[in-house]
Order: sequence, then C-alpha cells, then structure tokens
Amino acid sequence: MSLSDRHIPDRLTSPLQRLFRSWEALLVVVAVAIFITNSLASPYFLNAWNLSDATFNFTEKAMIAFAMALLIISGEIDLSVASIIALASTAMGYAVQLGAGTPEIVVIGLLTGLICGAFNGALVTGLNLPSIVVTIGTMSLFRGISYIVLGDQAYTGYPSDFAWFGQGYVFWVISFEFTLFLALGAIYTVVLHKTNFGRAVYAIGNNPTAALFSGIRVARVKFILFLLTGLMSGIAAVCLTSRLGSTRPSIAFGWELEVVTMVVLGGVNILGGSGTIPGVILAAFVMGLVTFGFGLLNVPGIVMSIFIGLLLIGVIALPRIWSRIAARRA
Amino acid sequence: MPVSSDAPRPGSGSDTPVLSLRNITKTFPGVKALSEVSLDLYPGQVTALVGENGAGKSTIVKVLTGIYRTDGGTIEVAGDQVEFATAQDAAEAGITAIHQETVLFDELSVAENIFIGHAPRTRFGLIDRSEMNRAARALLTRIGATIDPSIRLRDLGIANKHLVAIARALSIDARVVIMDEPTAALSHKEINELYELVDRLKADGKAILFISHKFDEIFRIADRYTVFRDGQYVGAGRISEVSEDELVTMMVGRSVDQIFPARSHQAGDVVLEVSDYRHPTEFENIGFTLRRGEILGFYGLVGAGRSEFMQALFGITRPSGGSVRIEGRPATIHSPASAIAQGIVYVPEDRGKQGAVTGLPIFQNVTLPSLTQTSRRGFIRLAEEFAMAREYTSRLDLRAASLDQNVGNLSGGNQQKVVIAKWLATQPKVIILDEPTKGIDIGSKAAVHEFMAELAAQGLSVIMVSSEIPEIMGMSDRAIVMREGRMVAELHGPDLNAKTLVRHAAGITEAAA
Repeated sequence: MSLSDRHIPDRLTSPLQRLFRSWEALLVVVAVAIFITNSLASPYFLNAWNLSDATFNFTEKAMIAFAMALLIISGEIDLSVASIIALASTAMGYAVQLGAGTPEIVVIGLLTGLICGAFNGALVTGLNLPSIVVTIGTMSLFRGISYIVLGDQAYTGYPSDFAWFGQGYVFWVISFEFTLFLALGAIYTVVLHKTNFGRAVYAIGNNPTAALFSGIRVARVKFILFLLTGLMSGIAAVCLTSRLGSTRPSIAFGWELEVVTMVVLGGVNILGGSGTIPGVILAAFVMGLVTFGFGLLNVPGIVMSIFIGLLLIGVIALPRIWSRIAARRA
Repeated sequence: MPVSSDAPRPGSGSDTPVLSLRNITKTFPGVKALSEVSLDLYPGQVTALVGENGAGKSTIVKVLTGIYRTDGGTIEVAGDQVEFATAQDAAEAGITAIHQETVLFDELSVAENIFIGHAPRTRFGLIDRSEMNRAARALLTRIGATIDPSIRLRDLGIANKHLVAIARALSIDARVVIMDEPTAALSHKEINELYELVDRLKADGKAILFISHKFDEIFRIADRYTVFRDGQYVGAGRISEVSEDELVTMMVGRSVDQIFPARSHQAGDVVLEVSDYRHPTEFENIGFTLRRGEILGFYGLVGAGRSEFMQALFGITRPSGGSVRIEGRPATIHSPASAIAQGIVYVPEDRGKQGAVTGLPIFQNVTLPSLTQTSRRGFIRLAEEFAMAREYTSRLDLRAASLDQNVGNLSGGNQQKVVIAKWLATQPKVIILDEPTKGIDIGSKAAVHEFMAELAAQGLSVIMVSSEIPEIMGMSDRAIVMREGRMVAELHGPDLNAKTLVRHAAGITEAAA
C-alpha cells in the first residue's frame, strides 16, 4: 500500500498549542490579574487565613457547577439546583428534630438530592419535556415544599460533629470543603475528558439524533446527568447547612444563576456541545477572587449582583463580537 | 415522437404562454442542476412537469419563485422579460407556489394566513379584521371550501391547509400557480376534491404547473407536459398526444451514462430474514431475505416508506409486528445500540442531522459506536482511537487535513465516508445505506459505489435505499420496489429495468402501459 502520499496526520496542532490559545489560558491570565489587583488594593488580601475564608465563596457552588457543566454540554440545564439544596437542607433539619445523628443526616441530604435529580431526569427523558421548563417548575416546587414545612421557622440544633463538613480543616488553612472541591474537580475532569461516558456527553450535546443513531443510549446518559446534578446539590446542601449550622427555606436563594454563570464563564457553550471542567475550576477561582476583592473593598452586595450580571452577558457576547471583528477583517 | 424537439412547441393551440422560461441554467458548486432548460405555461391549462428525482424539478420551482437566481437564460411573463431577484419579485409577477410541506403559519388564523403581508387596513392603519375575515370567506367559498376563516391553521388537516394555500394564491391574484406534489399527503377523497379545485382554477384562467410522480394524476389532470432529465429539457407537448410508455422512456432514457463497478455476484448463506414487518402508519407486510455478499436495492418514490422501514429495522422506531432472524437465529431489535450489537448498521439519508456529529473531530466520529473496543473499563485510550480511525478512514480513501479536524468542515462526500468508516469499524454483518450518494459530487459517488461493491465482495450484505434508477440498476443484485408502505415488487435479472421500476413505483398497471 502506498499510503504515504495520502496519509492523514492524526493532528495538525499539538494539544499544547491548543492549550495556549484556549479560553482556559485566558481565564488563568484573568485570575492572575485579579489576584494582583486585589493584593495591591487591599492590605488584608494576601493573608493565608483570609484567602482560605474566601474559598467558601465558591466551593459549594463549584461542586454543583461541575455536574451542571456536563448537563449543559449535553444540551440540557437544571435550574432547580438551589431549590434542591433548600429541600435537602430541610430534610436534614427535619431528621435532626427526629434525633438523627451525623451519618444519617448526611445520607438523608444526599438521598434527597438524588431523588430530586431523578425526578427532574424522569420528566425530561421519560416524557421528553424541555429541561428548562421542567426545572423552572421544580425550582418552585422544591423550595415551596421547604417553605410549607418550615414557614418562617428555622431548623437549628445540628450535632456538633456535623459542623466539620462546612467548618473543618484538613490541614492548616486547607478546609474540608476546599479539599472536596479539588477532589471533585479532578474526578469530573477524568469523567468528562477521559471516559466513554464523557465522550457520549459531548456527542449528545453536539447532535443528539446522530448520537442516538450511533448507538448511544441518549436518554440513559441524560438521566444519569440529572442524577449527578441532584447528588452534587445534595453534597452542597450538606456543606452549606454544616457551615451555617441552620436551615431556613431561603437557603442558597438565587444560586442557580451563579452556578450557571460559573459554568458559562468556564467556557461551556450554553447551547451545548463544548466546554471543559478545568475551565469551570478556573471560573470558580475567578468568581471567588472577584467576590472576595469586592468584599474587602466594602462594595455593596447589589453592585456585586450587577457585576455578576454583566459578567454573564459579557462572557456570552464577547466571543461573538470577536468573531464578527475577525470576519470583517478577513 | 415529441422526444427531441428543440423547443417546447405544443402541437397546436393558438394561445400564447403567460410564462416562458428559455435556456435557464443554474449551477451549484460541482453540479449543473439545470442546463439550458425551457418551460412554457399557458393560461387556463395545467402543465405537468415530469422527471426522476434529481431531474431539476425542485430547482426550477425555486427559480420560478425567486429563491434561486439563475446563471443564464430568460424569464418572460406575459411577453415582458423579467428578473426575479427576490421571492417578493416573483410574488409581484403573480407566481405562487403550493409546496409539499405547505409553508404557512400554524399559530395564525386562516384569514391571517391568507392575507399575511397584504391584509386590509382600517383608516388608522390597523388590520381590518372583519373585512379580512369577510374577504377570506369569499375566497374560500370561491374554491368550494367550507373553512371558518377565524380558526387557527393548526386545527386544520393537511388537505384543508392546501386549500388555504390556494386561497392565499388567489388573494394575491396569482397568474401562475405551482403545485409541487400536492397530493403526496392526501387521501383518495381529498385528491378528488383537489382535482375539482384545479378545474376551477383553470376556468379562472390560471396557468398551473403541476409536479407529480403519479402517472394516473398526470393523465387525469394535465393538458400539457414537459419532461426534464438530469437537469436538461427532454421534451414537451400535449398530454393527449403522448402515451405513458413514451413519457417513461423520456424520463429514464439515459444521456449521460454513469459507470458502475463490474461485479460478479455469488451470494452466500442467508444473513438476514425479515418477515411480515409492520408499522401502524408507515409500512406493512415487509418480508425478504438477504444473503451474504448481496446488494439489495430498495426503490420507490419519496414517501413510499423505505426509510421508515429501515429505521425500524435499525431500532429507531418500533414495529407493531413482524420478526427478524439474523444468521438463522431470531433477533429482537429494540434500540440502535442493540441493532449495532447484532451486526446491523444504518447510514442515514440526512448526513448532517443523523449521520455525522459535525461538531466532533473525525476520529471521535469513527470510534463513537465502537468506544468499548478502544477503551479499557470505560477509560478512553487515544492511541487506539487514532489507530482505529486511521485504519478505516484510509480504507475509504478519506481526504482530510487531519483526523483531529471537525467533520463539519469536510465536503458531503467525505462526511459520508466518515459515517461509513464509523460503521465498518463495528464490523457489521448488514449495512443499510439510505440514499448513499444523494447530494454528493460525481467523483465521490463513484468512490462510494466502488466501495459498496468491494464490501459486498468481502462478504458484507448491503441494503441500498435509492431513488435513482441508474444507481438501483447499476448496483443491486435484486431490487424491492415499495409504494405507499407496501412491497409491490421484487425484481432481478432482466426484470430489473428502468421501465418496470418506474411502473411499480408509480402504480401504473400493465394494462395502461
């Protein structure tokens, strides 16, 4: 066979070359720039304990963002995540009232998350409903149940050893939550980028019909993604409830938007099909650093919210503006 | 014989055409869709446009409605030369088309659909709803339709939607009405109502271009005919002066012969046995056997249920009954994954939507159904993926810059090669190719044919769905003809010829021919 003249190379650009031109590389630059700005702007920034505290701004949201990234890449979305936290936290508080110990509380929190995820997943994949509508519905439903159970009350009285999940430190300034965030980040990186399951997620997000026609069990993969998102919300509920030491029905209110912002900032295409977990990890750091910096400079919360809004729009609009400019030049 | 007259000159008739196309040429990259064709339409007469798939019928409709700009030739409306730069220009010249899939607005009312863009206004510039409904009712009555103009279009059946489209055509005072396979989705009764309506439009002096594959319709309704073949004008005349046989000859007579690979066919054991496959709406009573190394063609008109049957065989949809045996053993196919596992793969007609994942690189497309082969315990092994992709893409002589290139950047022919490579990597027993060469250039076509023959020679069984008669004749050992969801003929040897194929597909009885 004289294939030499027709041989198709595996790659033209090396993975390293791609890395330098990637969105992730840009995020690293942004993160470093914010880090330097913050350390110049406030004398309290460069302090190990302050920085460690700052990580709590994003660790719980980022855990959900990992699963959400997979879900958005597959072309679906789950807007009920913050409400799942509320329901899971309420279930945990209720269990405490019945005398449950720390292991039982954690199991109940995670189980509630899984059940909520299964409910979303069953509606979307079983009945073929659009996930954005289903999860706007369950967003009201799950938090509504919390409000009915709790009213204007709050559950407190969590066992003292339960506090470790949200307040404990593994080593020096490294908190349990931060460790868990890194570990989950690593796991999701492997799942999305190194497994057949991750490949199926990309294929489905790019073209669900062709994925089905290629023998991928599309409904099953999507159901698992909703389960994972529910589970991660349950884990976040355990961490957040432990950190706050109480449950109110308004817990984690509005988090779904911050989670989605984090995912999109991380370079995940909101229309599905592309994105990476390292991008989401970097986006978590960027958002955490910005929040922390604003906090140190005493910027009011409402400005923070304006900033998040502008960030979300900017991140989606920038690539498009960029490609228009590029097209005009060509 | 009106086969080779130079210009469309109907035998007699003193009337002059309201619309004349002369020497219209339209080229697409790599394809000459229309080559100096001519077409005349006369007021108060129905002209049937006849030709195989790919003859250029839909292209000429798009030229007439201003969707395509021509690369050469002239269009005359009532003697004046015009140019259709936009769809608006064509509409203003009084040309309107009623498509197979009528382009109307489901959520708007019947009256709004009829008058969209030119609704009657009140003094204040607002839409005069009562006047609009009144005018709509008048138009509908004129065509004998009893439809309430205020109900939403989506509540109507397909036949009534056609009537609305026709009322719309009348509302803009169309001189030319194009009907592109208007009866494809209609019941027998509805078809008869359509005939009456066409008679009424004729009486109104409209010139009608009627596109249909069904000969009984053409002979029932048309006054004149024009035949296209491979984008070229073949002939025209009065329908009363031509026989079905002559029309078929004009349609299929080959001017440019395609070369098909020579094959010596030695069929082996039976690989696939399908019996009594049924579906509640799409097909019934499909049964056949397929042998090792055989190429079985499936011919029929668009909508004959061929793709629907193939997709059921591949596990996309579920049949309501019937059984499949693979190599003699009974098999159940409940999903594409199970079809693939049992050795049946399907190359769909719609490459971009169903075949290739265009946003992913070539190598990932090739390995998509074979990931369990290239991975260990669910973990991807890139080196093995690239090795598999390299092996199968080189077998198909794929042209690409790199295996890491997105499939969306490849030409149609090369995308098709990626899809076929993907399936060969699963080492199937039966490969179903649905319109494998539709929309790809001649060179790639020949490569796909060559390869199909090679696969069969290597012992793979091939099912080829095609609407192109030369492809069916050139490639298949046997051919099954489907019409309206049923198998109407199984042809091989000398019976496998163009005229017989067309006859069975169009439902022409031997007596009529």
